[in-house]
Amino acid sequence: MIEFRHISKSFAGTAAVQDINLSVGEGELFGLIGPDGAGKSTLFRMLVTLLLPDEGEIAFNGRNVVDDYTYVRSHVGYMPGTFALYQDLSVEENLHFFATLFGTSIQDNYHLIEGIYKQLEPFKKRRAGALSGGMKQKLALSCALIHKPLVLVLDEPTTGVDAVSRKEFWEMLQKLREDGLTILVSTAYMDEATLCDRVALIQKGRILRVDTPQGIVARFGKPLYRLSGAGVQRFLPLLRALPQVHSAQPFGDSVHITLGDEEQMDEVVQQLRKAGYKDGLQPVTPGIEDCFIDLMLEANA
Amino acid sequence: MQELWVIITKEFKHIFRDVRTLLILFGLPTVQVFLFGYALTNEVRDATIAVWDQSHDVTSAKLVNKLLASDYFKLAGLPQNYDEIKDGFRNGDYMLALVIPANFAEDFNKGQAKVQLLLDASDPNMANILASYTGGIVNNFVVQELGYRPPYQIVSELRMTYNPELKGVFLFVPGVITVILMIISTLLTSIALTREKELGSMEILLVSPLKPAIIIIGKVIPYMLLSFMNALLILTLGLLVFKMPMLGSFLLLLGELLLFILAVLSIGIFISTRTSSQQVAMMVSLFALMMPTILLSGFIFPIDSMPLPLQIISNIIPAKFFIIIIKGIMLQGVGLEALWQPTLVIVGFIVVFTLASVRSFKIRLS
Amino acid sequence: MPEPLAIEAQELTKKFGDFTAVDRITFTVKKGEIFGFLGANGAGKTTAMRMLIGLLHPTSGQARVAGYDIYHDTEKIKHNIGYMSQRFSLYNDLTVWENMELFGGIYGMRDSEIKQKADEVIEKLGIGRLKNRQVKHLPLGFKQKLAFSVAIFHEPQIVFLDEPTGGVDPIVRRQFWEMIYEEAERGITAFVTTHYMDEAEYCNRLSIMVDGQIKALGTPGELKQELNSKNMDEVFLKLARQQS
Repeated sequence: MIEFRHISKSFAGTAAVQDINLSVGEGELFGLIGPDGAGKSTLFRMLVTLLLPDEGEIAFNGRNVVDDYTYVRSHVGYMPGTFALYQDLSVEENLHFFATLFGTSIQDNYHLIEGIYKQLEPFKKRRAGALSGGMKQKLALSCALIHKPLVLVLDEPTTGVDAVSRKEFWEMLQKLREDGLTILVSTAYMDEATLCDRVALIQKGRILRVDTPQGIVARFGKPLYRLSGAGVQRFLPLLRALPQVHSAQPFGDSVHITLGDEEQMDEVVQQLRKAGYKDGLQPVTPGIEDCFIDLMLEANA
Repeated sequence: MQELWVIITKEFKHIFRDVRTLLILFGLPTVQVFLFGYALTNEVRDATIAVWDQSHDVTSAKLVNKLLASDYFKLAGLPQNYDEIKDGFRNGDYMLALVIPANFAEDFNKGQAKVQLLLDASDPNMANILASYTGGIVNNFVVQELGYRPPYQIVSELRMTYNPELKGVFLFVPGVITVILMIISTLLTSIALTREKELGSMEILLVSPLKPAIIIIGKVIPYMLLSFMNALLILTLGLLVFKMPMLGSFLLLLGELLLFILAVLSIGIFISTRTSSQQVAMMVSLFALMMPTILLSGFIFPIDSMPLPLQIISNIIPAKFFIIIIKGIMLQGVGLEALWQPTLVIVGFIVVFTLASVRSFKIRLS
Repeated sequence: MPEPLAIEAQELTKKFGDFTAVDRITFTVKKGEIFGFLGANGAGKTTAMRMLIGLLHPTSGQARVAGYDIYHDTEKIKHNIGYMSQRFSLYNDLTVWENMELFGGIYGMRDSEIKQKADEVIEKLGIGRLKNRQVKHLPLGFKQKLAFSVAIFHEPQIVFLDEPTGGVDPIVRRQFWEMIYEEAERGITAFVTTHYMDEAEYCNRLSIMVDGQIKALGTPGELKQELNSKNMDEVFLKLARQQS
């Protein structure tokens, strides 16, 4: 459905993305995971024809997004990161406006948004500015869907949204995916990666890895252990000084360490005991965040 | 077409739901008109005039009556020679003196009559307004007496005492109309467009199948209508409350008004295509446009008395030309034949800025 | 002798007209503790925090911050706290050095103090060659760490962090938290508001606000156990759902 081939783009001499290759299949829920400034928005803006790539090409449903930009524009549903609807227009007016922009009407495509918009209907006369965060998101999603796009492109839709609304939002996306829509979504929150079919981890304009969330975890090649207990962070300097420890990172109230190989665990425990650590090392399954850190360290090395 | 319509209605909603915009739109012009109006017209009403009628015939009496019947003048002396007039001016007895030469009626019927108007031009703005008013009334008188507009009219020969070259025009209605139109058309339009950029909604509008021209036209039409309404509001206030004379064609005035609105709108659009935040757009509109408009258009300071460099710069201020036009129509009663030059300049502004905007409006973000 | 308290709030309430934004919240934060202040959008976190830092007058209730009363000693409170938010923390068009000079000056530090402290920060962050660079040209990670250093530049007793690490990469985030831990060891209390639950796991203790009230208070471990959840996300969802 979508293919990025050797895409590079720089702004005023600074490379925003470099040599990106990605392909997203029809009906996939694809996540672009990376911190702010990694190049996620730039990639999306090139896809939705708002920016021109310096190098490489992007195909949207088989068409070149530069030459055929009018086709892309009428077949993509795009939610920019900064946009939070017209605050001074009502729910209904916002929806009506976006429907008309794309030459359709709420009635014609009501079935597409019914599941999401139903919950908003009691408030349809209310101004968008007076809605709660979760409601705003539902409205924004309805507006992006109303013209029956082939692909939905959502730039950091969950930034600044609380956990409850975030969960609901992802449930909506999964439902849309089941209906066959192709969805590209970007986020800076690693934990959202597991909710996607496939993800690309991106950092400093380069892709670190593309795989299913399970695949990414499975490829984490190093033994990973957890130290826990109050104040466990104070062992970090010690751990980092040990040659056996590949990396040591705080993880909430515990510390995750990776070792060169499992045999070295005892030596590490010994050292920790000397420093006053009482508990043992528990092996843990890595999460996406562990993988991201590991890939970042690898890329930086 | 429907796309255009939703954009227009959306823009109207933005405007009518924002108290601040509404205040700027309707409060500001009214306040300005009254401020400028009362600061000025109270003096213009009942201006003191002296008449030296050397002819003493029916026609000259009619002319004097007509002048005094208007609200503008109050008779303050009947001098019999130039020395007396001079003394009167010096004592501050009157602000202007009308001299009607002998044989006025005879000459009038031959179409060669002359009157002389002497003004105390120590306040050049005031003198100029009085001269315009008198000129207007005299011209009206001619039309009335002859029943038609003569090929050549009474030539009012102005002689200004104390400031013989007479510099300066202070015409508050044209001035206020101009400034208000600048604010609404340029400032609000550029803000309205950059607001979409700031909100991020411009990205959605660009990504939609809409043509850029539709986006711009749709966003601009509401401001054009509102500007026009506003201009009418100010005109009405000026004519009814402050009794501004309206000597020329009202239709022509409306046409020129529309042209000027288009010119300032095109500047507003141009600013918004070149800026990306409301703040910058506002700064540019206010400082690069409003200030020069107020200072260099001849609204407050007479252009003739500016240093040469400023006089040259004043030629790139559209308001200058509009003030010439509106003054010509309202106060001198002249038609397009006398105003085609400034009109052409305004058309030029429209063309230049529209082309420039089209060139800089991007269908993409960079 | 009881442990010294950095913040103690009792029945703190704020009403806007009929709407109760903060409803009788009671909690304490110990000196040197990293306290997470969690809640959904609109749950009242911001209002509560504004009362604590002296920007809003409470409707009723009592609170002491750094030992000072929030009704009467707001000026003293302001001198004893630092503040950093994701939205604004540093002036982008000033250099690293100028920002430190500015904030040091705002808090009445002497030039010599500022210089000494600034050198410490620059050395610690390893940004010596960047010190005359405008902040907007710094990489995001540095900016965040620098913002924190500037927030505690005047050695406040408590630092308020409003969603401090949104959007930064996982390594920088960890470096950032390590900095907070380090300062906590030195006795600076950190009060962190966020609605990202993974952030919450880094706190010593936390409270969760729902609809203006504190619905849960404890260590992350306690809360997980109490609500029988495997992570903070679940804790939060369960609490929020109980409500509706």
